[in-house]
Amino acid sequence: MAILHTVNKSPFERDALESCLKHALAGSSVLLFEDGVAAAVDGTAYADQIKGAMENVSLFVLGEDLKARGLGEHKLIDGITVVDYKGFVELAGKNDTVQSWL
Amino acid sequence: MSDVKKFLYVNRKQPYGTIYALESLEVVLIGAAFEQDVSLAFVDDGVYQLTKGQDPSGIGMKNFSPTYTALGDYDINKIYVEKESLEARGLTIDDLQHLTWEDEDEDWAEKDSIRVVSASEMAEIMDQQDIVLSF
Amino acid sequence: MKFSILINEGPYQHQASDSAYKFIEAALEAGHEIFRVFFYHDGVNNSTRYTVPPQDDRNIQVRWSELAEKHDLDMVVCIAAAQRRGILDENEAQRQGKDGDNIAPGFRISGLGQLIEAGIQADRLVTFGD
Repeated sequence: MAILHTVNKSPFERDALESCLKHALAGSSVLLFEDGVAAAVDGTAYADQIKGAMENVSLFVLGEDLKARGLGEHKLIDGITVVDYKGFVELAGKNDTVQSWL
Repeated sequence: MSDVKKFLYVNRKQPYGTIYALESLEVVLIGAAFEQDVSLAFVDDGVYQLTKGQDPSGIGMKNFSPTYTALGDYDINKIYVEKESLEARGLTIDDLQHLTWEDEDEDWAEKDSIRVVSASEMAEIMDQQDIVLSF
Repeated sequence: MKFSILINEGPYQHQASDSAYKFIEAALEAGHEIFRVFFYHDGVNNSTRYTVPPQDDRNIQVRWSELAEKHDLDMVVCIAAAQRRGILDENEAQRQGKDGDNIAPGFRISGLGQLIEAGIQADRLVTFGD
């Protein structure tokens, strides 16, 4: 089974991302959206953890939420894929289940 | 087969501070009537939902923790509690309510519903589901 | 593909309702089917027609009602959660002895079983919440 994990919380505020990464099996996908996009930026206190996770899981970030928060795509960790809502829908369809880390 | 889906309810929040735990339990109880393959996961702060000795009288709320002990009567007996989440909070299984169910196939023998699993076991459990509902 | 959507937070307070709306729009645009949109927890507050947001802001309730009408969406508000939070349709208002109802067009109040059924019937259930 392949899971799309969605994280909508900043790692600076909640443990959703940390818990998600602890439970995301190799081959699964993680989409950062809403306040969760903060974790996609390089140079943050969580960047190394994200980079480590990216050896096993694919990281995506919702472009509209980045843009809304004034976070440019040039600031992202290398290898994170920017998707739009259409891409979000495609990810949800491509994976077998969607697990929201609320 | 296609009629029965594997449902996992993931609980990551404390009771009382927000209504998620209580309303999650309401979904679980209603969902039980649909005869799906149901599991409950208690991860992170969700483990606090199962502590014994809850008494919210002082905060003016109703104690809904006895409802967890009724889950066995609804044939909900796969209750997974994450070991790392307990440990990080200084809790052990002895701090939790004793949840049981009666096995029809073994002359109604009483069995434990709670299974303490590691985070990597929990990840595998999550991976086997058709529907994951997080509250 | 058939999607069911669960919305667990109210309008304006949280982005969940906005995200769900954008997701559903994109899914419909891509030719997918939305089996049901289920409103739970504070998500039931999306369904009151008594909201009056500032003119220059989005009207979340109206947006939902219009989307439902345009695409014949099944938007279900959980009855237990709705009762707690004062969301009533005409029947409920009468039954509970309240002097008025407030549910907006396109929403219907029903039981939690509708959420479980939404999970069973759809290919994917996507949750938006806190």
